[in-house]
Amino acid sequence: MRQPSKENNLFVSTGRSSKGEPWIWLTAGGLSLGIVMVIALLGLILIKGVSSFWPRQIVVMQIDGENGSNKMAGYITERSERPSEGGNRIAQIQIFRGNKDIYGESFLYLDERNIKSQEISPGYMLVERTEYGPAILKPVKLVTPSGTIEEGTQGFDDAVQRMIAINEEVREQTRHIERKLIGANARAIRDIEIDLKVGKVEAEAAAAMREVLQEEFVKFQADAAKVRERIAGYEFHGLTADGREVSYMGSQLLGSFRPNDSNWFQRFWEMLQRMWRFLIEEPREANTEGGVYPAIFGTVVMTLTMTFFVTPLGVIAAIYLREYAKQGQMVRVVRICVNNLAGVPSIVFGVFGLAFFVYFVGNSIDQVFYGDKLPTPTFGTPGILWASLTLALLTLPVVIVATEEALSAVPRGVREAALACGASKWQAIQRIVIPASLPGIMTGIILAMARGAGEVAPLMLVGAVKLAPSLPIDDIAPYIHPERKFMHLGFHIYDLGFQSPDAEAAKPIVFATALLLILLVLVLNLTAIIIRNRLKKKFAVSHF
Amino acid sequence: MSATTATMPRPDFIHVEDYNFWYGQNQVLFDIDMEIPECQVTALIGPSGCGKSTLLRNMNRMNDLIDGVSHKGDIRLNGTSLYDPDVEVISLRKRVGMVFQKYNPFAKSIYENVVFSLRVAGRGKRCELDETVERSLKDAALWDEVKDRLHDSAFGLSGGQQQRLCIARAIANQPEILLMDEPCAALDPLATLKIEELITTLKKQFTIVIVTHNMEQATRCSDRTAFLYMGKLVEYGDTLQLFGNPKQKDTEAYISGRFS
Repeated sequence: MRQPSKENNLFVSTGRSSKGEPWIWLTAGGLSLGIVMVIALLGLILIKGVSSFWPRQIVVMQIDGENGSNKMAGYITERSERPSEGGNRIAQIQIFRGNKDIYGESFLYLDERNIKSQEISPGYMLVERTEYGPAILKPVKLVTPSGTIEEGTQGFDDAVQRMIAINEEVREQTRHIERKLIGANARAIRDIEIDLKVGKVEAEAAAAMREVLQEEFVKFQADAAKVRERIAGYEFHGLTADGREVSYMGSQLLGSFRPNDSNWFQRFWEMLQRMWRFLIEEPREANTEGGVYPAIFGTVVMTLTMTFFVTPLGVIAAIYLREYAKQGQMVRVVRICVNNLAGVPSIVFGVFGLAFFVYFVGNSIDQVFYGDKLPTPTFGTPGILWASLTLALLTLPVVIVATEEALSAVPRGVREAALACGASKWQAIQRIVIPASLPGIMTGIILAMARGAGEVAPLMLVGAVKLAPSLPIDDIAPYIHPERKFMHLGFHIYDLGFQSPDAEAAKPIVFATALLLILLVLVLNLTAIIIRNRLKKKFAVSHF
Repeated sequence: MSATTATMPRPDFIHVEDYNFWYGQNQVLFDIDMEIPECQVTALIGPSGCGKSTLLRNMNRMNDLIDGVSHKGDIRLNGTSLYDPDVEVISLRKRVGMVFQKYNPFAKSIYENVVFSLRVAGRGKRCELDETVERSLKDAALWDEVKDRLHDSAFGLSGGQQQRLCIARAIANQPEILLMDEPCAALDPLATLKIEELITTLKKQFTIVIVTHNMEQATRCSDRTAFLYMGKLVEYGDTLQLFGNPKQKDTEAYISGRFS
């Protein structure tokens, strides 16, 4: 075989194509690292978040420690090691033993070497209560108005479930009486005070009206007491692992589950129920128990209100900037300022929102429209409206930049065609340019929503609170209450993780709430993306 | 004021008078002086950058959109100056339709594309719109191809059909003049042929000014031809005369292809 000479062979290898261009692995590596980190983040939150709902089995342990022998029941939450003297490492486990009212702490670390025996013994029950978190105990008997049922007899569990169902109804009805009726009553009394103060009613008339309302109030209280009577005859007796007898009123119990006596499907069903309750219930016990419904509601309402404000403002500003303003030094400066606004730390927007919206605008509104109620502020205090406006300002640059880009991407030929058809400039923009750039504008709105929904720092100053007594939209006239404070998932995470009295108890909820926040942002974004893709199909611009 | 109602075609329907034009400091048209007759096809030819598109785009003041332009001289349309302060540019563009090099239908249905000029003029009566769509599409020789899918997206059409749709859109509001800026540059030969046939039929109704790079096209479908070079009008006359017996050396060089 003849060796081709170097001069004659036009296709002599440069050594690059065969081995690949240098440094491609670095770009691929950068991307891989990013993907791995995203997957790790989502995976961690997903696993931790979902597993916090899984009903774990209760382990009964015999412990021989320095403090003598002891028996306890609980589920294992964590395994770790701690260093001890002599450089040894001692295996330890963290268990949740509940019954915070008895032991003071519900979480506890145990050295594994002190555990003499452990078994998953049947009969143990996890009982959710209105106070002190769950209890872990062996049921003994249930006292009902129609007689006592002993544990182990036919129908004991059904009777417990019935009692819990009754208690749920009672709680629902009393909540209705207390929140709605007594709430309205209290507002009426307060209105009379205000009317009296500004001299709208005579003192005697006011006193008479107050009398009527007072009577009504007493009647409502009696109604509530009557409702509560339904659950009064119930009493639940149990035995803790270390042999203490405990008893709870029927009105204290919210749920029961026997993890040790349930098969996989029952436990899975229980997990789904817990998740559902987490979504629809209100928080209890400094947010560490119960659900996050008000926070979900607050986040969604706040984000949508923000979008409602930022979209027209941003789009209109971008239209002027791109279509009408004379492109020169001035516009360039404005554009730089807008871009820089996106880089301002969000807490600064919070401070601005507090100073401008709450103190200046809100106080002015109070002076003009709610002077009667002063010094109690109505709008002159943080609330969901001011939070939405603050975040609208925060996300404004995103919308402006995206809209400008979308407008400038509309082909020149299409604009000229519209003008050549005798359209005025505004007609061309309104009928041709804006429809063609809608997908791009939607992209900006999606980005703004994602940013706004996840923002926490400014909200602490302008309206998000640990616990809001009522939702910003409800069935009390005038139905929409833009001045109310609200709960927010992002702030909820911060509050649980850092401000909670029982950090260990709050930990599972932190992950569950984080998961929920991610899912919520995902749902909002997906909705917007679906809308955008529909528009894209409708207003597709031809490619030459 | 349709051109067809005039008893005698005007020989100076569009009158360009000593027209100079600048983009900023850069003069692109020098002392252009020409009369474009009514109901005929006038072709503007010349090498790239000679100013023929600029001249065309000034006939409906499309160049007003560009910052920093200025002009001297005048263009008269049926005797009225385009730059008369009383002339509103929107109503001017209603009288002067335009078709662009790159077909550019709107992201709307075929129907809505055609009636766009009526919609922006505030004429939205259903029967009038229907009538306009049928007439314009028939005039643009597109009706038979699209009559069953008037409400489909315009982007579903082929390139040649889209360009004919643009022509239908330009003539929908019955302008007097139709400006065509290289209307066949982006089309294949068959589609080009169709457009050329169309131009020949349309000149009965409209005064057509067409910019073209294709000299065969100019000979095939124009009545008069103007040769522009370096922003100046070198020669202007009957198409047959200009191509058969050019008076200027530059013209001869260009049409015989000896021009860089």
